[in-house]
Amino acid sequence: MANALPHHHDLVACHECDLLQRLPADRARGRVRCRRCGCVLHHQGRDVVSTPLALGFTALVLFVLSNVYPLMDFGLQGQRDSTYLLAGIRELYAQGMPVLASTVLFTTVIAPALHITLLIYLYLPLSLGRRPPAFVAALRLTQAIIPWSMLEIFLLGVLVASVKLAEQATIVAGPAAWSLGLLVIVLAAAATQVHPHRLWDLIA
Amino acid sequence: MSRPTVTASARGLIACHVCGLVSRPPEGALYLRCPRCDAPLHGRIPRSLSRTWAFLVAAAMLYLPANLLPIMHVTQFGQMRSDTIWSGAEYLLAHGMWPLALIVFVASVLIPLVKIAILVLLLVSVQVHVQARPMDRLRLYRFTEFVGRWSMVDVFVVTVLVALVHLGKVAEIEAGLGAVFFAGVVVLTMLAARTFDPRLIWDNLSHDVESTANRR
Repeated sequence: MANALPHHHDLVACHECDLLQRLPADRARGRVRCRRCGCVLHHQGRDVVSTPLALGFTALVLFVLSNVYPLMDFGLQGQRDSTYLLAGIRELYAQGMPVLASTVLFTTVIAPALHITLLIYLYLPLSLGRRPPAFVAALRLTQAIIPWSMLEIFLLGVLVASVKLAEQATIVAGPAAWSLGLLVIVLAAAATQVHPHRLWDLIA
Repeated sequence: MSRPTVTASARGLIACHVCGLVSRPPEGALYLRCPRCDAPLHGRIPRSLSRTWAFLVAAAMLYLPANLLPIMHVTQFGQMRSDTIWSGAEYLLAHGMWPLALIVFVASVLIPLVKIAILVLLLVSVQVHVQARPMDRLRLYRFTEFVGRWSMVDVFVVTVLVALVHLGKVAEIEAGLGAVFFAGVVVLTMLAARTFDPRLIWDNLSHDVESTANRR
């Protein structure tokens, strides 16, 4: 890049306390933590590219299952009904709650979908030795979107709602409930696999 | 801790928040980009304190209607009952489901309040240049950042109930306006936590002319 500022490849500044420090030269597998505040500065794990890519594809399959199959079956006084992840959002919208419906849509569908898409978008070209277009923007978006993906909290909500209704109604978890449970674990694992510093070392 | 503690800002260095590269911006430059990844460079999150205050004030304003207005209306056999966050937790407790009552109470009532209180404490401590216990204050910050999202659970409970229970005359559940305000509180406190720059806590420690001059 033109008119490059003077920079230091061997230094890191802690993102939580700004302490300037040198990464150890012989980085074995494991974490390097900040000397002062203990937050993780550097993570030397398994393969930087193929692990996140595998998690991305697994998440994609689970995400599709979670949206296609019923979340739970509900029975009350002889009436049976099954419900889907998207049904609640549609119902909120129909009840004249567009803001609430969009918030739920964003945190349980759009944000996870974007997270999964970005995982594949970033790591599939990287695994083939190419740099994806708009690499920096995609990396920034990944870091920004992760906290807004709230499937694990949604799952807790499903649990609370089921227990509330359990006295009066029969509730059976559907296939989507199980795949959501797995998806939560896979996405959490993928979220710990974002190591922009190491990707840059790989590309540079 | 035997080695000297020097921050990047005290050395006039800035770490890129996207790729982590540490670089030295020229004196007086206003608009900087990372030499490696071309992302905009800031030593600290720009206008961190005023933006965090703004989100917090907005969240505090929504907190009251979020707790006073009903989050849902339940109609069963022609009778309608309205539930607020509080009465929802009370209902669970009254029916002997205290672990769930505890989850709802902690996530919906306690966490938003504690979160707002902690962020106010952190903002004030930075603004009056408190030097004491930076590590404890950083722990408080990490706590709010980690725990804040879980307040959304009540919004999801309403969503699931609304999806499940629409059996016409037998039973019907409708979302209430309180749920909208409540979701607003959660989103705004999350934004407040994200715009607060925890490095400001540590800047007070090396509060000399040099580090102030280089803060960007």
